[in-house]
Amino acid sequence: MAEHSTYKYNSAREPKTERIDKLVKDLFAKMPEIESARARLITESFKETEGEPTVMRRAKAFAHILKNIPIIIRDGELIVGSSTLAPRGCQTYPEFSFEWLEAEFDTVATREADPFFISEKTKKELKEADAYWKGKTTSELAASYMAPETKKAIDHFMFTPGNYFYNGVGHLTCKYWEVLEIGFEGIKEKAQAELETCNFGDANYAEKNTLLRAMIISCDAVMNYAARYRELALGMAKKCTDPVRAAELNRIADNLSRVPAKGATSFYEACQSFWFVQQLLQLESSGHSISPGRFDQYMFPYFKRDIDAGVITRNFAQELIDCIWVKLNDLNKCRDAESAKGFAGYSLFQNLIVGGQNEEGLDVTNDLSFMCLDASMHVFLPMPSLSIRVWNGSPYELLLRAAEVTRTGIGLPAYYNDEVIIPSLMSMGLPLEEARDYGIIGCVEPQKAGKTMGWHDAAFYNMCRPLELVFSDGEDAGEQIGPRTGDVLKMDTFEEFYEAYKTQQNYFISLLVNADNSIDMAHAERAPLPFLASLLDDCMKRGKTPEQGGCVYNFTGPQGFGIANMADSLYAIKTLVYDEKKVTMAELKKALMFNYGKGAAAPVVREFAGRITAEFIKQGVVPEPSKVMTLTKKVIEESVTEEDKKRFDEILKLIAKVPKFGNDDDTVDLFARDVAYTYTRPLLKYKNPRGGRFQAGLYPVSANVPLGATTGATPDGRLAGMPVADGVSPSAGKDVNGPTACANSVSKLDHGIASNGTLFNQKFHPSALAGEEGLHKFVDLIRTFFDRKGMHMQFNVVSRETLLDAQKHPENYRHLVVRVAGYSALFTTLSKSLQDDIIRRTEQAFNR
Amino acid sequence: MNDLDVTGRIFDIQRYSIHDGLGIRTIVFLKGCVLRCKWCCNPESQSREIETMKVLGEEKTIGRDVTVAEVMETVEKDRQYYWRSGGGITLSGGESLCQPDFARALLAESKKRGINTALESMGCADFKVIESILPFLDTYLMDIKHTNPAKHEAFTGRRNDLMLENARKIAESGLTKLIIRVPVIPTFNETADEIADIARFADKLPGVTDIHLLPYHRFGEGKYEGLGRPYLMGDIKEPTGEHMEMLKRKVESVSKLVCRIGG
Repeated sequence: MAEHSTYKYNSAREPKTERIDKLVKDLFAKMPEIESARARLITESFKETEGEPTVMRRAKAFAHILKNIPIIIRDGELIVGSSTLAPRGCQTYPEFSFEWLEAEFDTVATREADPFFISEKTKKELKEADAYWKGKTTSELAASYMAPETKKAIDHFMFTPGNYFYNGVGHLTCKYWEVLEIGFEGIKEKAQAELETCNFGDANYAEKNTLLRAMIISCDAVMNYAARYRELALGMAKKCTDPVRAAELNRIADNLSRVPAKGATSFYEACQSFWFVQQLLQLESSGHSISPGRFDQYMFPYFKRDIDAGVITRNFAQELIDCIWVKLNDLNKCRDAESAKGFAGYSLFQNLIVGGQNEEGLDVTNDLSFMCLDASMHVFLPMPSLSIRVWNGSPYELLLRAAEVTRTGIGLPAYYNDEVIIPSLMSMGLPLEEARDYGIIGCVEPQKAGKTMGWHDAAFYNMCRPLELVFSDGEDAGEQIGPRTGDVLKMDTFEEFYEAYKTQQNYFISLLVNADNSIDMAHAERAPLPFLASLLDDCMKRGKTPEQGGCVYNFTGPQGFGIANMADSLYAIKTLVYDEKKVTMAELKKALMFNYGKGAAAPVVREFAGRITAEFIKQGVVPEPSKVMTLTKKVIEESVTEEDKKRFDEILKLIAKVPKFGNDDDTVDLFARDVAYTYTRPLLKYKNPRGGRFQAGLYPVSANVPLGATTGATPDGRLAGMPVADGVSPSAGKDVNGPTACANSVSKLDHGIASNGTLFNQKFHPSALAGEEGLHKFVDLIRTFFDRKGMHMQFNVVSRETLLDAQKHPENYRHLVVRVAGYSALFTTLSKSLQDDIIRRTEQAFNR
Repeated sequence: MNDLDVTGRIFDIQRYSIHDGLGIRTIVFLKGCVLRCKWCCNPESQSREIETMKVLGEEKTIGRDVTVAEVMETVEKDRQYYWRSGGGITLSGGESLCQPDFARALLAESKKRGINTALESMGCADFKVIESILPFLDTYLMDIKHTNPAKHEAFTGRRNDLMLENARKIAESGLTKLIIRVPVIPTFNETADEIADIARFADKLPGVTDIHLLPYHRFGEGKYEGLGRPYLMGDIKEPTGEHMEMLKRKVESVSKLVCRIGG
């Protein structure tokens, strides 16, 4: 690392080659498709290994898959390795869950969020494979572990742990650098050496010995897979009539004769070796957010060696990086319809970060930091989720180049503040050197690469729902799901009311922990991953997989959102009901219950239908759904008089006048800070089964839209069913004093305590970044937000008109990439409601 | 009187202004103007009186009386942005010089606190007034709309002799960085010859190195409706990008000035 400190980077730009345009065009030629090979192969293998240790069965299944799965080298590729024959296709992972997919067989191709084509043949093959997994999945085991109260809370949309409940975990950065350096032969040797240290009398002999043997099988499997690709490349080269392409294929075969088995001897080999790790980790489990991390750092020695020796041109190096960028978009994943809404845009959240400090605190920006930024401009696709580390010593030139990427409107890169994240990680027990070497996982989650099982993104927790329960004394849709906090009309002081909110919050946080820990246990038992274990410290020594607690650092990070709504709501209640007494609690309660008289939105209907059903059941009658619906409509219509409606409108007007979070008003902003603590602080005291701690995140991915749809009206004037505020950003349209005021408000939250990451979205009109000066002022804005201890910032730079036009004429905007939340996605692939949410965000523009 | 207690009338404070001077700035808009330019995009700035304007269907009060201390409270909120970007406070209007004590006190207080200062103004005031603020002013963004006094009067309500004279005196004082700004208004001054005349005049001012051409826009049209006043520009179109580029080339061919389009 020391040599970096004196290295002066070269920031020269290399042009994009024609190959890249063609690769991108081919990638998006067709709708993505679901394939059955993996499901078939893992099932075959599992049938043959009944009774063996689970981790060994996983290793053998991995080997069986890699030996038999169809392989393909796409036209023009320089880096090879595809998990599906179809571009952007996906495999399925029935060992985690499968029922949702079977239920969606006939709709998955036409659904709004992330549709996939699926052939009749595939459906049949998947059905055959899935049959074996009934009763054997991680999700079934997790469900059986959960407390009944927890399941009830999930059914009532208090939070959703859907991600790991139905899928693999992922969310990590492995030791890519070790594979580049010693190859899988080297890793295998390490496992062998560790095997030799196992004593027959060791208490953990069985566990450790089995895992190490499973790792060796996994490493062999990967090397065999590469050998299959080598054969394929040679075969294709022989048949190829184009001498240029034939030479390329021979070169590919030549690379594969060394990597990933041995250490890389060139930058090109390092790129190929990197890719197999990136691809195959995702084929082993269905985890997403498997993040390349500090790619510019671990790839740099290979780049520099080749450049110094004159064996590679910068232009070819750039082309290889661009090829990797395309490949990162070739991987795909099909989620259930609900989750697809929460992670909309076919995203795999493969986060790659450039710039920042090394372990000694020196800036290590290098040529590749710039080339990675340029690659995103060349390829112009959502993957990788490109990030940049910013600190007081960041080269200004790097920030300017990043701002140029932002200006394209692609929503990349996301900016991260070393000055907040490093101390934040240290507060979670990392030593200074390791904290300085952090990367970002998935959306916004900081992590020390190579030794962390972070379980980031562990659940979506909607901070608005506990407030609804304060008004109903813990009841929801006719069922008691939360603690009884008393009649809201009898709460005489705001403090009493706020305490009731905290009581509800604390209770549901404990259920959230219960859900996560149940799922955690299920993964440890049913899906221990030996290949992944071979690439993370300290699994070999501990003899445990990451799921079993094999890593040095173990966290669970569920993310809360809706802070702005809660800050604005609680502040409105304090002001209007308690301080100024302009609205009575009874009036507010009724206004919320009936959505301010603005129609029977879905959450209102659900609430009353639930109550009516409960009433029938109490009287011993089995209710007919149609009768319940008729009654529900009647109750909602008849309960609200014209006079009520008038009053509701007055209340809405009064609420509109109460100061809102996002306008640099200390009173309400510091209120928001305290509201965030009601989520972040209680979480810190909980532990997970891997021997680690819980840590809070404050970001929504895109779940603020679907989970807003199940949330009733809130006292900030938000109507039932509307999206909840995203991340730590103000409610859409409520920040009216411009970007500096908004950034100041957000910076008043305590970002350091949210060590699982915070998310701040800003939308700019392109004119704000125009010209060289526009870029400078944009960078200065980010730097100032970071001076004020903001943690993260991301941007959409696209005009409202463009987005509206793209909704009307999607065919003209197939490549319009926008920032969603923590990641970018193709705008036209998002659901209408999510598109609307992005359009609604306040646009920071200028009057002149 | 303490500068902090001086009172003035403003109609807006706009933070994160990035098109008016160096860096990220906060613009304080002072109410009241000596001119009545036909193309004015801030018609609510012209009258010194507090008035109501319809904005998106709702009556909005335009104008409020504030102390320097109150304005500074908002200005201070973005101090870190000024520090990072080299920005600061900008007074605009209306014509700030219509409230000379208030303008001077705002600028003096800002300077005292180490905040960079700028003023957007036509310089339409007794030079004694201008002289009193120059020690506190880093950048003077001065509008010169035309060199012909008669045409100037026809479109703005006043001749320009005083303003041109003041421009010369400000430049000669050497106390501030003077930048000349020209609103490019079709039917008024958009020909190459008219712009060239302004450029030649500006080029002769000692110390002046920069000129900004600000293309006419129609963003103010809705405000006239909101105020119940006729929009005098009819359906005159905004100058095209090519036309602006042509003017820029013209300016650079007749002067040594660095010319940019936009603020």
